[in-house]
Amino acid sequence: MAKVVTDVVCPFCGTLCDDIAITVTDDGKDIIDCQNACAIGSEKFLKLSSSHGHERVTRPRKRQPDGSYKEITYDEAIEYTAQMLAKAKKTLWYGWASTSCEAMAVGHKVAEKAGTMVDNCATVCHGSSLLAIQDVGVPSCTLGEVKNRADRIIFWGCNPAHAHPRHMSRYSIFPRGFFTTKGHKGRKIICVDCRYTDTAKCADEFIQVDQSYDYELLDAFRTVARGHDIPDFVGGVPKEKIVKAVETLKEGRFGVIFFGMGMTHTLGRNHNVDIAINFTRDMNDYTKFSIVAMRGHWNVTGSGQVLSWQYGFPYCVDLTRRTHARYQPGDTSSVDLLRRKEVDACICIASDIGAHFPIEATRHMAQIPSVCIDPHINLTTEISDVHIPVALVGVEVEGCAYRMDNVPMRCRKVIDPLEGMLTDEELLERIYVRLCEIMGDA
Amino acid sequence: MSEFLIKNGHVFDVVSGVKGDKKDIAIKDGKIVDKVSSKAKTIDATGKTVMAGALDIHAHVAGPKVNLGRWFRPEDKWFRGEMRGGIRKQASRMEQGFSIPSVFRTGYSYARMGYTFVMEAAMPPLYARHVHEEIHDTPIIDEAALPVFGNNWFVMEYLKEKDIEKTAAYTSWLMKMTKGYGIKVVNPGGTEAWGWGLNCLGINDEVPYFDITPADITKGLIETNEFLGLPHSVHIHPNSLGDPGNSPVTLDTMKLASGYKAKNKFGREQVLHMTHLQFHSYGGSGWGDFCSASRDIMDYVNKHPEITFDTGNVTLDETTTMTADGPFEHHLCALNHLKWCNVDVELETGSGVVPFIYSPNVFPCAVQWAVGLELALLAKDPMRTMITTDHPNAGPFTRYPRVFKWLMYKKTRDEQMAAFKNSGKVADATILNELDREITLYELSQMTRAAPAKALGLGSMCGGLAVGMNAEVAIYNIDPAKMPTNPDDIETIFSNAAYLFKDGEIVVQDGQIVSEPAKKTFWVDAKTPESKQVTRDVREKFLRYYTVTQANYEVPDSYAPHPYVIETTANV
Repeated sequence: MAKVVTDVVCPFCGTLCDDIAITVTDDGKDIIDCQNACAIGSEKFLKLSSSHGHERVTRPRKRQPDGSYKEITYDEAIEYTAQMLAKAKKTLWYGWASTSCEAMAVGHKVAEKAGTMVDNCATVCHGSSLLAIQDVGVPSCTLGEVKNRADRIIFWGCNPAHAHPRHMSRYSIFPRGFFTTKGHKGRKIICVDCRYTDTAKCADEFIQVDQSYDYELLDAFRTVARGHDIPDFVGGVPKEKIVKAVETLKEGRFGVIFFGMGMTHTLGRNHNVDIAINFTRDMNDYTKFSIVAMRGHWNVTGSGQVLSWQYGFPYCVDLTRRTHARYQPGDTSSVDLLRRKEVDACICIASDIGAHFPIEATRHMAQIPSVCIDPHINLTTEISDVHIPVALVGVEVEGCAYRMDNVPMRCRKVIDPLEGMLTDEELLERIYVRLCEIMGDA
Repeated sequence: MSEFLIKNGHVFDVVSGVKGDKKDIAIKDGKIVDKVSSKAKTIDATGKTVMAGALDIHAHVAGPKVNLGRWFRPEDKWFRGEMRGGIRKQASRMEQGFSIPSVFRTGYSYARMGYTFVMEAAMPPLYARHVHEEIHDTPIIDEAALPVFGNNWFVMEYLKEKDIEKTAAYTSWLMKMTKGYGIKVVNPGGTEAWGWGLNCLGINDEVPYFDITPADITKGLIETNEFLGLPHSVHIHPNSLGDPGNSPVTLDTMKLASGYKAKNKFGREQVLHMTHLQFHSYGGSGWGDFCSASRDIMDYVNKHPEITFDTGNVTLDETTTMTADGPFEHHLCALNHLKWCNVDVELETGSGVVPFIYSPNVFPCAVQWAVGLELALLAKDPMRTMITTDHPNAGPFTRYPRVFKWLMYKKTRDEQMAAFKNSGKVADATILNELDREITLYELSQMTRAAPAKALGLGSMCGGLAVGMNAEVAIYNIDPAKMPTNPDDIETIFSNAAYLFKDGEIVVQDGQIVSEPAKKTFWVDAKTPESKQVTRDVREKFLRYYTVTQANYEVPDSYAPHPYVIETTANV
């Protein structure tokens, strides 16, 4: 016999689908089946199934002089981490995007005590969006407003068909909502991208912009919306196409722009987001308009939230002064800190420096004392001095996470953690206790 | 638990009826008691003022829009005095931010001022978990949160049918789901209209699609509130906030409450709490002839015991406005052209955030400053008058002591009035110069302690020093016999309590945090007969219109590890 856990929140992407049904064995130790999730989400759950044949690392490992790994106890790993934090002049503590807000709160307590840098995945992702919002604000809405009201949708530089697979069916293109009873038929979809993506295939209008001409094209949108003339081609897009798109948007009752890395990491970066937001502001003079960032990791938004309510900044937080927090992206951002070899220790938690950072940055990380706290083996665990595996939040541990529209969701525990494995929260609490002992004010 | 004896202080407490006389206060096991044993620690309060711990009835201190304000305004941390020698870290955690302080600074600053309870003024139900996560992380002070109801689809649909029992069943369910304290109404109908870029400016404007008016929503929710017998009344931010000439809308809104009687077992007498009344007491037809209408408003308030209000005093600072009144924030950003955030929340509400500079050089800002003070000075009943800054909308809560100073010393008001760039024009547009009243320490203890406690239905346990009440005691370095000659001392003294006792323990001494005991989260479990129809409607709306499932909507108990749950029974 088996039992089904319903209303499970999927800990994969910022869409945070919360209608997943997981079939587990009666003893609550193994996953048998996963329903409703997308291909990626299913993999996240089923990977833990014993039938999947996936080998988990269940105890901390320490790298030996010959490069091999040797199993150590949690106590030894905690000792190593606490000593490293106490000794280092400036530790970089990066990641956080795949753990719970509860764990972050404990982690920040440790970071404040030790005086480290604290940064999350926004630093290589939507950090530019955060900078733009700090300049011009953001008129936004929850995804349910999109579902119930929106009749004009723009996907700009994002590809939910691959990155947020259920976004289109749950929120943006297909669902029938309260005022959107016709579903897909009642919506006009515009996709702006430099490539013809699978999302573009679902759009009524595909606008192929020359690579890194997003700013110019958005400027043209604003200019046309305000009733001025534009050149015949902007960013490779013919004038008629731009004029028609803006007319379509103005005719709508409720429009939304979803944007992704294609806007935040092409030339112009935060300036692209800035002008997209200003276009949204302008459009509110004609109709109702919102803009939503397609946040990637399932709880990267949550990391920004917890850092903000504790220190007032969403990422790139410098706690090394011990009396107050500093924030200066470019100066206190992870990649820059590593590239300038400014940090002398590194903890990577619930994320993957090895997979996401430029090689110079990763190389410095591999050369300094480092700890990786992650349930799985990933590129960072393989270059860290110590790998501390933990239970998987959202599958083996419950906890709070924030959706891309900042709606908090309670992730569920589906199965028991493997025997003797610590959760992020427990591990960090124990590091805190040990650190206080070492620093002499327990 | 420890015992304390506070000796020889000048006690100001309306509950035990002491007006500055010397009286000893004994504390044991977290309560005020008759006497304590000889083991009790004695605190010498000779030449000092003793009051109950203060309560803030309306502040935005936790939740999505507060946090949005924090992170989208790094400048709120950079260019402020705190970074130039003020408090950064004094207790266990770093303190950051000025107009929208971090949770740590929020808890510590309130405690240093002698506050022990704060009501988070607007909780979007869908974001309730976020509000409670922040409340959980805010040290020391007890907190509660008011969920917003005034633009909720369920409420509008039930009230269109004039069905109070269903509205009550839904309200009861939602308060339980969100661990909420009472019924908050923000720009009734207007924020829903903002879903389409529209607004409701008067109480009879129709809400698009829902075929109901702000007046229907307000009256219906007052009836619901009294049907449920909640400790607090409907807490309303009326339509047309901040508009010149909005006082008729405010009067119309207050008239909706006449004829209703408070039905509750908590000693609350009002049926409508008018919040940040300053923003709703304007005359004129535009910014040119903008003027105070505080006299009209207060004439009405003074005659109507069913109304309580808080002031919403402008403090002349750079601050961050944030409200569930989405259309207002859009309007404000069109006025000051600063950055604008908006968050519309499915089926429930919306919100906006815009930075704002209340400059003494700008005529309307100076008028707003005067209006807020006029309201408190014109108020005849201090037990229905509460001092707030609608933190952070009219100014940060850390400026309360400055507001106290203005209220207590006419000469400081005159000095400020004379210092305005347009002082003559401001004086003509306001009546502040005519008001000689100076608020006494006893009146202050009512406006900041007993009045909010009573209005929130907490009068039997908070806001007073009678035997049996919670041992929340603030001691200030003021000798009532020798009031400070320099009014600025008032500000320093009220910013730095000599002592603050919370739950019978010392948390502040000489303006410093000395301990950080567990805080409580208050919420109300309003029991009412279940309605099968409402249960079905809730299920239906979650299946079809929400983007979270019903099972994932509730705020779990773990978010409020030290709850104080008030149970009520419906007046069926």
